[in-house]
Amino acid sequence: MAYRWSNDLTRADITPKSAFLNRRQILVGTVGLGAIGLVGSAAQAQTLEPNTLEEITSYNNFYEFGTGKTDPAQNAGALVTSPWSIKVDGMVDNPGDYGLADLLDGLTVEDRIYRFRCVEAWSMVVPWNGIELADILNKVGVQSGAKYVAFETVVQPENMVGVQRRVLDFPYVEGLRLDEAMHPLTLMATGIYDEPLANQSGAPIRLVVPWKYGFKSIKSIVRITLTDEEPPTSWNKVSAREYGFYSNVNPQVDHPRWSQATERKIGGGLFASRQDTLMFNGYAEVAGLYEGMDLSEFF
Amino acid sequence: MTPSQAINGALRKVPAWTIYIGIAAWVVWLFYLGLTGGLGVEPINALEREYGALGLKLLILGLLVTPLRKWTGVNLIKFRRAIGVTSFFMILAHFLVWAVLDVQTFARVWMEIVKRPYVTVGMVAFVLLIPLAATSNNLSVRRLGAARWRKLHKLTYPAAILGGVHYLWLVKGFQIEPIIYLIVILGLVATRYTSIGWRRQAV
Repeated sequence: MAYRWSNDLTRADITPKSAFLNRRQILVGTVGLGAIGLVGSAAQAQTLEPNTLEEITSYNNFYEFGTGKTDPAQNAGALVTSPWSIKVDGMVDNPGDYGLADLLDGLTVEDRIYRFRCVEAWSMVVPWNGIELADILNKVGVQSGAKYVAFETVVQPENMVGVQRRVLDFPYVEGLRLDEAMHPLTLMATGIYDEPLANQSGAPIRLVVPWKYGFKSIKSIVRITLTDEEPPTSWNKVSAREYGFYSNVNPQVDHPRWSQATERKIGGGLFASRQDTLMFNGYAEVAGLYEGMDLSEFF
Repeated sequence: MTPSQAINGALRKVPAWTIYIGIAAWVVWLFYLGLTGGLGVEPINALEREYGALGLKLLILGLLVTPLRKWTGVNLIKFRRAIGVTSFFMILAHFLVWAVLDVQTFARVWMEIVKRPYVTVGMVAFVLLIPLAATSNNLSVRRLGAARWRKLHKLTYPAAILGGVHYLWLVKGFQIEPIIYLIVILGLVATRYTSIGWRRQAV
């Protein structure tokens, strides 16, 4: 990669609520902008306030543990996460079955506070701890012909009630183009709030691609494959019309089920208002990856 | 005394208005839970689903009254109006939570109804129920005449089927529950048009 994304924001840098409320009052008094401008600035400030650990771990999609939002929190306790090994195969220099600790040994764990946007038009802000996927890929050695990275979630049928019910064609699989995978924003998360990932959050290691809809950020990964062909992805197999390979957050490209123009941040209660969804979920620095591509065709 | 006679005897003492009170209390209770964190971190979606699911269950229960009497002798006919009217109000509550709390603006509500087939289908089912709720009183039965009133109220059949389709369409992946609902609804409607629903039985 040409540059390494340096994370100079920590939780200490988040604007305290009282401060941005004050700023709103200053705006009212001095600039006297219309209500629209005010809502805009408030929404921007608000989007960086992380959700609580309780919110993050009690409202999840993890269909291996059931389709209800609270099912994963209830059922994922049965998942066995230790020992954990990851098969690295395909077009790599050092293929093999790596123990999790061996794969991550010597790599830097960083704090990354990212917006997380679900295709169902809800969102959170999550303070992840994790390793850049690029670091892992560089460690195993990507061969020159590789163009895509494929991922696979663990299947433990006896511990996963959704697998028994065949809600999806398990194992859950996902994929990225190699340049997306190597982008410094792309994270392999191992923790949230400096605690190991909860099982329902994808323990012990999961992908986080903050500019894509949440289902791309595959959980509880047991296999990473470098390939020269676009790999199949689980929701695309269910409905190619609804879920494209790229699935970048894009308020202009509507989904057949949900308008993507707005979202509701979890934690606002019964009267939470919607906020505008940002292109690439606010991560404009990835726009270069898609230069020249018609994003309504490659949705 | 047969079991059905025992059940009918016990039900004779239960007034129909208990259904209105019970359902209304449940609606208020769930809303209170939503306000106070009892429905989890995303109460809007939870409330929407709870209200919609109960509306559909009540619709099914309404369809069950006649076949139940014919098959088992259990007679719930005096509760049927209350079941039907409360199912309408549950679906109204479901619609209001969706429109006011979830989607939030009129323009977006209209867009959703027009653009998303599963919303359109649910909306049509709701609209079909409006004339039924409006004529669920003795005066309307008299004004329309029993035959026309009964004909009008056959709209519950398409409304229930569309409600079941709405549920099946909105879930993602392969989920068994909405399939069971739709099969039950289709089965209950089918009893109206096949001989199994018309077997004579002494009550």
